[in-house]
Amino acid sequence: MYYSPAVGSLGWFARHEFNLSWRDFVRMMSAGKPGREKAVMIFIALAVLVIHGIAYMFLSGEMGSIDVGTKPMLLTISGCIVLTFSLMMSQAMELVTRTFYSRSDLDLVLSSPVSEKRVFAVRIGAIAVATSMLPMLLFGSVINTLVLFDSPNWLFGYLVIFGFGALATALSLAIAVLMFKTLGAQKTRLATQIIAAIVGAGFIIGIQIAAIVSLDSMSRFSFFSSELMVSLSPGLESMLWVPARGASGDLVALLQTLVVCFAILASAIVLFAPRFGEYVIAAAGVSQTRKTNRQEAFEFQQRTNRSALIFKEWKLLLRDHWLISQSLMQILYLIPPAFMLWRGFGSADSIEAVALPILVMAAGQLAGGLAWLAISGEDAPQLVRTAPIADGMIIRAKIEAVLGAIGILVLPILVMLAFMDLAIMLIAAAGIAAASISATMIQLWFRSQANRASFRRRQTSSKVATFSEAFSSIMWAGATGLIASGYWVVSPVLIVCAFLVLWIARSFRPQQDF
Amino acid sequence: MDYALQVTGLAKRFDRPAVNELSFKVRAGEFYALLGPNGAGKTTSLRMVAGLLKQDQGSISVFGHDTIADPIAVKQMVAWVPDEPMIYDRLTPLEYLEFVAGLWGIPAAKAQRNANELLDWLRLAPHAYERCEGFSKGMRQKVALAGALVHDPKLIILDEPLTGLDAGSARLVKDVLLSRVEQGCSVIMTTHILEVAERMAERIGVIAGGKLIAEGTLEELRADGGRGDQSLEEIFLELVGDGDMNNAEAA
Repeated sequence: MYYSPAVGSLGWFARHEFNLSWRDFVRMMSAGKPGREKAVMIFIALAVLVIHGIAYMFLSGEMGSIDVGTKPMLLTISGCIVLTFSLMMSQAMELVTRTFYSRSDLDLVLSSPVSEKRVFAVRIGAIAVATSMLPMLLFGSVINTLVLFDSPNWLFGYLVIFGFGALATALSLAIAVLMFKTLGAQKTRLATQIIAAIVGAGFIIGIQIAAIVSLDSMSRFSFFSSELMVSLSPGLESMLWVPARGASGDLVALLQTLVVCFAILASAIVLFAPRFGEYVIAAAGVSQTRKTNRQEAFEFQQRTNRSALIFKEWKLLLRDHWLISQSLMQILYLIPPAFMLWRGFGSADSIEAVALPILVMAAGQLAGGLAWLAISGEDAPQLVRTAPIADGMIIRAKIEAVLGAIGILVLPILVMLAFMDLAIMLIAAAGIAAASISATMIQLWFRSQANRASFRRRQTSSKVATFSEAFSSIMWAGATGLIASGYWVVSPVLIVCAFLVLWIARSFRPQQDF
Repeated sequence: MDYALQVTGLAKRFDRPAVNELSFKVRAGEFYALLGPNGAGKTTSLRMVAGLLKQDQGSISVFGHDTIADPIAVKQMVAWVPDEPMIYDRLTPLEYLEFVAGLWGIPAAKAQRNANELLDWLRLAPHAYERCEGFSKGMRQKVALAGALVHDPKLIILDEPLTGLDAGSARLVKDVLLSRVEQGCSVIMTTHILEVAERMAERIGVIAGGKLIAEGTLEELRADGGRGDQSLEEIFLELVGDGDMNNAEAA
């Protein structure tokens, strides 16, 4: 018999939220294209299988010899929990902010005769569930492998993740509300997004660099179980190990963990849900706020249509701080491998040779993001299309805007390189140009009209574009590094591969409209 | 006679025919209203005139220039105002108008003069230095209209420009359009507000199923069917019935 919760009850709202979240997820994964749902499901199933295979490869040697009572093991599990928690904090902050600032059904909800406390309590709960889903998927492969080959007690790991998802939601909500009260609705949005990105990326990057410094390895897990960490950690009787013990099968520790996490979430719901509506209304007011530019006499500049397009792109990019922070964040993730390369292979006089691939890779990724904004994220496409300019000129101007922005960003580094070694600078410039042009061309081939605000989801619109952009950047980065290191013979292979990636991407480009 | 726009045998098909052998002419300095039920092919036709869509068949000529053979010359003379104003949230109205003037290659001094006049006329001057991100629909539509007029087009194409505007804004937009027509500009506009067409348009074209089914002044439309002193609304409903060809227009 089909169960239908009473209208207006918590269950009824929960079902509504679940339906919306599921459809949003499917739309994001299928890029809004109908008929792709099955393909998405197959892709997810394959991805889950692959990560299970990887987990088994890593853990197969340890099976049967896992002693959860030792400090190194508790340290490793705790490290995983902390890493997961940083990821969940980042995601929960993003979701809380999005809930605050998205109007969507706000008017309907607040004007309906149902308790808004109930609605927002469900919405906060939904954030906790959504926050836990990705870590469950990521660590699920490890947990399942341990359950299958070690002990079913490892299933408790899922509950610990869910508990920490609840804790992350409660803390994120508290941080967002605190920022609302101190910074105001307008600044909170950007601030929380930046904090979320730094929390998500910063902790992982910090741990990686620490691992590289202490162990010359990029593995965070080996760092957690290192002698240094063992000597610095508290005794086995410490309360700090309770979540790790809970995740590894200790029922009492599990219950203690869950009680604490969910008590904090419940407190957050009781405290914030009744006033959630106020915050959402205050946040909605932000979109009505008009930012005023300095009112000094505005003089129109004489510009050609090409330069008008280029200046417009630059002006919009400079005014979109969040998009800039998102693009530059990609570069943050390249710091650990750059650091490792430098430590592993670099000497004082060859730093430039190992740093070049990172620079080329970053330039390629950045160019891809900017090209998407300029080409697909055009907010007034009909205005530009009806202007008396040849289509080719519009595209050229946008490409020039992207490459010009990249040029301005890398120029100081190239100048520094030129002082060190002119030949290395020329190789770097060529690599950066090749990677940037490749990424821009891929975005051009796969252009599809979208709102600039959808930048976060740009990679879901075409997997071919996403992968070819990444692969071409990697190939150009590798080729640049090899040439700079003097391996002239091997580098053509990577250059040919880069062109091959571009050719494949071009072959898969969708038919463009008139 | 000089024609601002000549549409001959125009056809466009998506999953089904959207425009089918459509022909009509707009005289220079004329205000022409294109009416039709939802899905009749109005927006598709105007998008082809503006150069946003390529026709499958037929020809479009703007002041003697073919839209396919000489698109740049056509675009230089034309302004397009869609029903949903597309402007840049992070630009101020002045910056937006400077950008549009740059696209159309208008000398800076002239563009600045035009922009200031338009912003004054459309009562946007107090907001000239505010970014458009917090603007209401009416204000955005007025900014888009100012953008369409800043380069002094000879033919203005408007698709439902009054949708969602308050009475004051709608009045301003109508006044600006009539003043342009007085100055010799040609206007072609689609609207569902039949009173607006009745009051403003010199000639009215009615399309249904992608075809022109009636055309003329209000008096001519009345005389054609022996409709006495019927209002435009009554004539329109008699011509198209109450059928709604939903969705085809969405294409």
